[in-house]
Amino acid sequence: MKIRHRTLVPFDPQSTTRLREEQHGLHPDDVYLKPGRIPHIWCPGCGLGVVLNTYINGLKMAGLPVDRTAVVSGIGCTGRVAGYLNMDTYHTTHGRAIPFATGLALVRPDLTVTVFSGDGDLFAIGGNHFIHAARRNINLKILCVNNFNYGMTGGQAAPTTPVAARTTTTPYGNFEHSFNLPFLAYASGAVYVARWTTFHARHLVTAIAESLTRKGFTFIEVIAPCPIGYGRPNKLGSGLDEMKFYRENSLVQNDADPREADIGLKGKIIVGKFIDQSRPTFDQVYEENILKKFTRSA
Amino acid sequence: MKFWRLPLDAKDHSIPQGELVIIKDRCKGCNFCIEFCPNQVLKESSEFNKKGYHPPQVTKQGECVNCNLCEIICPEFAIYSELKTYKELTSEDILNYSKKFGA
Repeated sequence: MKIRHRTLVPFDPQSTTRLREEQHGLHPDDVYLKPGRIPHIWCPGCGLGVVLNTYINGLKMAGLPVDRTAVVSGIGCTGRVAGYLNMDTYHTTHGRAIPFATGLALVRPDLTVTVFSGDGDLFAIGGNHFIHAARRNINLKILCVNNFNYGMTGGQAAPTTPVAARTTTTPYGNFEHSFNLPFLAYASGAVYVARWTTFHARHLVTAIAESLTRKGFTFIEVIAPCPIGYGRPNKLGSGLDEMKFYRENSLVQNDADPREADIGLKGKIIVGKFIDQSRPTFDQVYEENILKKFTRSA
Repeated sequence: MKFWRLPLDAKDHSIPQGELVIIKDRCKGCNFCIEFCPNQVLKESSEFNKKGYHPPQVTKQGECVNCNLCEIICPEFAIYSELKTYKELTSEDILNYSKKFGA
């Protein structure tokens, strides 16, 4: 028996990078994305790509240079944003995006630090960090993508899953009350609280640009379709059907009371800019109360 | 809104004309751009791209007013519009807009 060996071809690192970068640069926003990372892994109809796109457009609208911004993200589908953006990004451990970003924002006050994460990461395992960062009013921009479940691990119930919604872990319908995220952020002390859906892409760009110029702890909740994890067990249809649902069922109410902004399974969604106030930030309070005592008067 | 004649300041206004560029192999067929285009410029094409999805197709190239909504709403960075020219307002445009958005 004769064994025929294949001829060995030496590995050419140039060819793979060339293949990956072939598609890069076709779109004008590709300068904000790492070469070779697009197409991303998100499902067709997922809203996360819209949020990433609107964030890039918000940066452009605010006129912030890329080297003055940093993005920190946690674990989950949304956490992959840190891998796609071509700027200073960090992909932290589960739920600890805010502690990492807190350190970054305190050491480098000149940077605009955005925390880009999902509802499961920010409010389930990282809930305590969220309320304390909001209480201290640290200069962080929180962008929370709410898709009502844990999408990456297979559609389990999250703290934002509405009552009676079916998920993998609640096959008879969820019976636990969900968080009202804008109210939680407002009660904890955020200075800017807004909620938009991915259908309101233009409002979302304006809100992101506005929040990037504010000093202090800002919070934007983005409601995004999750056709695989949340849409399929609840019979909400494809991602496009969920976007049409947002078009028909969202009420734009700026300056609405955040305590009335609860979301049901198929109820109305109140969107808008809820809170826009100013409060002394952590840096200012620290400088006034602590640093001034130790600086010698000349 | 209904116009019954050409507005008197029609010379000061113009309609931007955009040209859509579609990167077909990036499209994952979510149909967001087709559904939410305010002028219904796009349509699902019958051809397949590299991944097996149907990318959008421009049906009325002159109708695009370069509003950039498809660019903002595309999750895949697969479509964008470029400003080409500005078109002067004519009474025909006013009539069409009245028909489209009028009572």
